[in-house]
Amino acid sequence: MKLEKGIPLIDQHDENGYWGGKFGGNQIAESLNYPIEELTREFEKLRNDETFIAERDYYFKNFVGAPTPFIKLENLTKHLGGAQIYCKLVSKATGGAHKAYNAVVHSLICKRLGKTFIGGDTGAGYAGKMLSMAAAKFNLKCKIFMGAKDVERQSINVFSMRSYGAEVVPVNSGSQTLVDAVSECMRWWTSENEEAHMCVGSTVGPTIFVKICAWSTAQISREMKKQVMDEFGEVPKDMKLINCVGGGSSAAGFWNEWIDYDNIELIGVEAGGPEGSSKHAAPLTNDSPIGVLHGATQYVIQDDQGEIEETESISAGLDYPGVSPLHCFLKETGRARYTSASDEEALEAFQLVSKNEGFVSPSLEPSHAFAEAIKIAPKLSKDTIIVVDSCGDSAKDSKIIAERLGYKI
Amino acid sequence: MTSSTLVKSFERAKEDNRAALLTYTVGGDPDKKTSLNIFKSIADSGVDIIECGLGHGANIGDGGAIQDSTYRALSNGIKTNDIFEIIEEFKKDYETDVIIMTYQNKIMAYGEDDFLKRCIRSKVSGIICVDWPWPLNLDFAKKCKENSIVFIQLLCPTTNEDRLKSILNDAHEVVYYISMLSTTGQKLKVSSDEIKKRFNLIKKISPHKKCIIGFGITADTINDFKDTDACVVGSALCREITRSIDEELNPATNVGNMVSDLKQKLSS
Repeated sequence: MKLEKGIPLIDQHDENGYWGGKFGGNQIAESLNYPIEELTREFEKLRNDETFIAERDYYFKNFVGAPTPFIKLENLTKHLGGAQIYCKLVSKATGGAHKAYNAVVHSLICKRLGKTFIGGDTGAGYAGKMLSMAAAKFNLKCKIFMGAKDVERQSINVFSMRSYGAEVVPVNSGSQTLVDAVSECMRWWTSENEEAHMCVGSTVGPTIFVKICAWSTAQISREMKKQVMDEFGEVPKDMKLINCVGGGSSAAGFWNEWIDYDNIELIGVEAGGPEGSSKHAAPLTNDSPIGVLHGATQYVIQDDQGEIEETESISAGLDYPGVSPLHCFLKETGRARYTSASDEEALEAFQLVSKNEGFVSPSLEPSHAFAEAIKIAPKLSKDTIIVVDSCGDSAKDSKIIAERLGYKI
Repeated sequence: MTSSTLVKSFERAKEDNRAALLTYTVGGDPDKKTSLNIFKSIADSGVDIIECGLGHGANIGDGGAIQDSTYRALSNGIKTNDIFEIIEEFKKDYETDVIIMTYQNKIMAYGEDDFLKRCIRSKVSGIICVDWPWPLNLDFAKKCKENSIVFIQLLCPTTNEDRLKSILNDAHEVVYYISMLSTTGQKLKVSSDEIKKRFNLIKKISPHKKCIIGFGITADTINDFKDTDACVVGSALCREITRSIDEELNPATNVGNMVSDLKQKLSS
């Protein structure tokens, strides 16, 4: 399996949609073949259409708020000693996370397809919140599928979605988390695809959804590349880009422009779950078996019967048993390294970063990435640049964090 | 060999001037013993072919009623081998053909070759895999053919004519037409005439292939499909199993009665 240089990562799949001949694909019911072919045709046309690109950039700049800040975490760097720690503060994007990019692009595509109804899945609630936000702006009827357990633990985002006029459908099957929300959303689209468009909330699902999502979040590294040049005058010789990985949309976007730079290390941090628990949401780190989930082949946490196993993480956004085919491909080619952080490490990282930096208060998802930065920074020289993608804001996790730290709010 | 017995089941129904009746229930729902009794009762009630679900929790094609059945079987610890054992036991006493309907990850986890070996041992006649579309399924379909198991290709209302022709060209003796865009068990949202129009197109392209019609067919509409090759009723039966369990009645008897009624409606 080999990574090609000079070809966008999203285009390095074969004619059947498999990256490395193995990951991804369109393992879907026949009823979804036509809408997926239609969407694939439309996207390939739009990504080369200057007016569409201009429209995308207009909304990214004026509504999502691109570019998001690229800042040095002076206090944290001093506190840890060793490598210099920077942060791409993607949580400053409107809505508080990177999910806005994918939501805007899907809404624009939905309109181009002549459809007026959009549906999507959500785990932590960010994807659903941003999709409802974009749907409201673009006058689209919107339906969000969310595991009943997540509806409960991410009530702040659920409130937002409903405020934007979306219908939030709690999914009561299986583990009642993201995995079931995605299944239910795909079932809904199977029935409604003649009138409705589906937005998959991460770089998972059939190939075209992986591509659209990563193409959208690539905004993160596109703008960051300029910021890095402004800051250092060149691409630093020793740079590490750390991102949390659940489905993998944020990491795919954060790394996209840097993949051809061999000297830049890409580190993905999965959810290790509670310390001492055998449950985790880290299929790449723990070499889970390869299987088919939500229409794509990937590493997926499953039992010997092929049944998807329940995952456990303090972070709803990382609580997914599978992972993007893009990350499976990056792991298999050795381009990216994957590790995990436990719930406890993420909580400690959240506290340390918030206390030292103030302006940066990562949600539980990027707190996993910070945990890895905190682990490795002291062992590295000051010539090493670590950049962490702080892809979500902690506001939505206040309830969980306060509870875990013994505060009453 | 098994594949020719499957085709014979269609032909026998045709001799009766009706479509073949297929039932879908989830294997192992709610447990091994009851599930076997349900199969026997369905067979005694005159079904032509039994479609046995090897349920998958993270499925993307099942409606609510079948999801409930799958959940019940999986929660009761039903494993793939249990399903094979139920079929094997059933086939000891019955000639009725059994086809398995499942999802790709179930086959992958078992191992493709082992899965086929076990199908042969259990006298399974055919396999439907919902999320393994043409042409990705061709290698596996070939392996099925080599083992005299019919791999049943799926077609749907939005399969365009070129694709339809290509799929039919590669298809084995039997194909399955998903009558409407939906998951299983939803209300029929297209007319029976509309469905038959598509069915006739399929038959025009491949007159010798048997075409099963499924999704949304109930006791109210089944007679409309009398002059087709075959039709499936599934969700209504799964709902009946749920109702029987909830009301502490015998699911095998109740499902059997329902099948007798369907058979009668199809024959009248």
